[in-house]
Amino acid sequence: MKDLYLLDDVIISPLGFSTEENLASVRKGISGLELHKNHRFSNGEFYAGIIDNTLLQQAFLKIGNPDKFTKLEQMMLLAVHKVIATNPGLDLNETALILSSTKGNIDLLEEKTSFPKNRVFLTELAKVIQDFFGFKNEPIVVSNACVSGGLALAVAKRFIAAGNYEQAIVVGGDLVSDFVVSGFNSFQAISATPCAPFSKDRSGISLGEAAAAILVSSRKPKNSQVVSLIGEATANDANHISGPSRTGEGLVISIEKALRKSGISGNELSYISAHGTGTMYNDEMEAVALSRLNLTSILVNSFKGYYGHTLGASALLESILTKHSLLKNELFISLNFREAGVSIPLNIITETRKETLRYALKTASGFGGCNLALVFKKEENGV
Amino acid sequence: MEYKITGFVHIRDQHIFLDGREIFSSNVSKDPGDFLKQAYSELQISYPKFHKMDVLCKLGIVGTEVLFRNHQISPDTALVFSNASSSLETDKDHRKEMNGIVSPSIFVYTLPNIVLGEISIKHKLQSENVFFVSEKFNAALIKDYTTVLLENSNVPAVVCGWIEWKNAEYDVFLCLVSPEGKINFNRENLEELYYFQNERSAN
Repeated sequence: MKDLYLLDDVIISPLGFSTEENLASVRKGISGLELHKNHRFSNGEFYAGIIDNTLLQQAFLKIGNPDKFTKLEQMMLLAVHKVIATNPGLDLNETALILSSTKGNIDLLEEKTSFPKNRVFLTELAKVIQDFFGFKNEPIVVSNACVSGGLALAVAKRFIAAGNYEQAIVVGGDLVSDFVVSGFNSFQAISATPCAPFSKDRSGISLGEAAAAILVSSRKPKNSQVVSLIGEATANDANHISGPSRTGEGLVISIEKALRKSGISGNELSYISAHGTGTMYNDEMEAVALSRLNLTSILVNSFKGYYGHTLGASALLESILTKHSLLKNELFISLNFREAGVSIPLNIITETRKETLRYALKTASGFGGCNLALVFKKEENGV
Repeated sequence: MEYKITGFVHIRDQHIFLDGREIFSSNVSKDPGDFLKQAYSELQISYPKFHKMDVLCKLGIVGTEVLFRNHQISPDTALVFSNASSSLETDKDHRKEMNGIVSPSIFVYTLPNIVLGEISIKHKLQSENVFFVSEKFNAALIKDYTTVLLENSNVPAVVCGWIEWKNAEYDVFLCLVSPEGKINFNRENLEELYYFQNERSAN
């Protein structure tokens, strides 16, 4: 199966409205998680990564009227706009639009909204983006819980390899809506402090909002280093719908299959971008899975300490960050990790530093027992 | 390799069809929950977890139970599902609860792919999953993605199709696709099977 080249990307998050701004913050160890007022918590506040509405609208004004689009639409439109703007020759008749989101504009289920009720459908969200830019093909919408963003990349790879398209723009996004806050809070899954993936003192997730977009293609660009997606797989735990398998079954299978497809062995990996949500069960499950695959010596981090869990955007956002790690030979500290807190020691990145990198693994897991593994490769000129 | 539609199931308007032949119908209640409960007992499905599920998952469980009746199902069988409304009906239930006490047992069903998890648990499938959302049944999308999995992902069989629940309406069309069978797996046949039964139940 043909590899998929990862080209220009954009991250819209509390840490900035471009990948560069996001990377600059991550490099300095700055988190987008801040205290926000919220009546659902006994102390009246919680930590989350929330995009400032005024800043977003200011940025959006350059491309459209913010009154006509929901917050999530503005985020996703801005992300796609920037990708298209850096590729002026891009033929949108020949480019697929692949969108991932778990809950889309779910906040429109509120009684009071000036937007048409049908905007709550994910297909309408996709249509708004399609029509704004004039994509010819009907968008492909992936909604598969917390693996959605990475699965959308896998879907792009698979359709492009099958010859359906030459290139695609993959865009993922989700909000910190009262809908998801109330839901995760009912599971008592939200941490009172910023989430601390893999740390002994971890006590749950922090939610975050973000949109990320990336141009992907089957054609290898000339004159530059490039990262490609060389192996991808999903696997269901077949164990529980709201908790991960204690044995990491589905994650193990997905990593094994993705590695087999990529033609490399686990010990060739230089880095793993884990799901690392900061819940007791998830992080422990990941440690068990990595141990079963003899991958515990590979350097690993979670980006959730910077962004929180951005749901349907997370695995795409983190794949983009992984791409830049590979290109810049740069490993980012696993923010808020203080003391080893899973039953099997992992090689957690505890300082941001330079290191020669070649292959990376991105993993994600979610409700419904889904697991995803993506293997990325940095290709040098002529290699 | 040529792939075939090995079997197919429809659930619509209080009728269940396997390979185009009606195997269950009921006119007791228009309510999808009541209908599915009746189907569950008539079809002698024994799976207590069923009663905790939302309608979308119940549709998936009943649909695959019927579809898998005469076939050996490999744990590597992939699931490629789609619908238009995602989990909207359960989303509305959660939305109502948000004014009072929120129940995690409802919230967990506010994702369309939970049905893939429920089917995977019931039939011990540890394979590829994807949930697409499209305005209408998109035979090309389902056919193309299913074919990629069969050809490139070492998957022996795929259950693919459409599983929609909106208001009191439901519309399920699931196909088992593998090298076995007589009906060629292509877009035209998928569309024909999907729409044919639709027209019949409308008459």
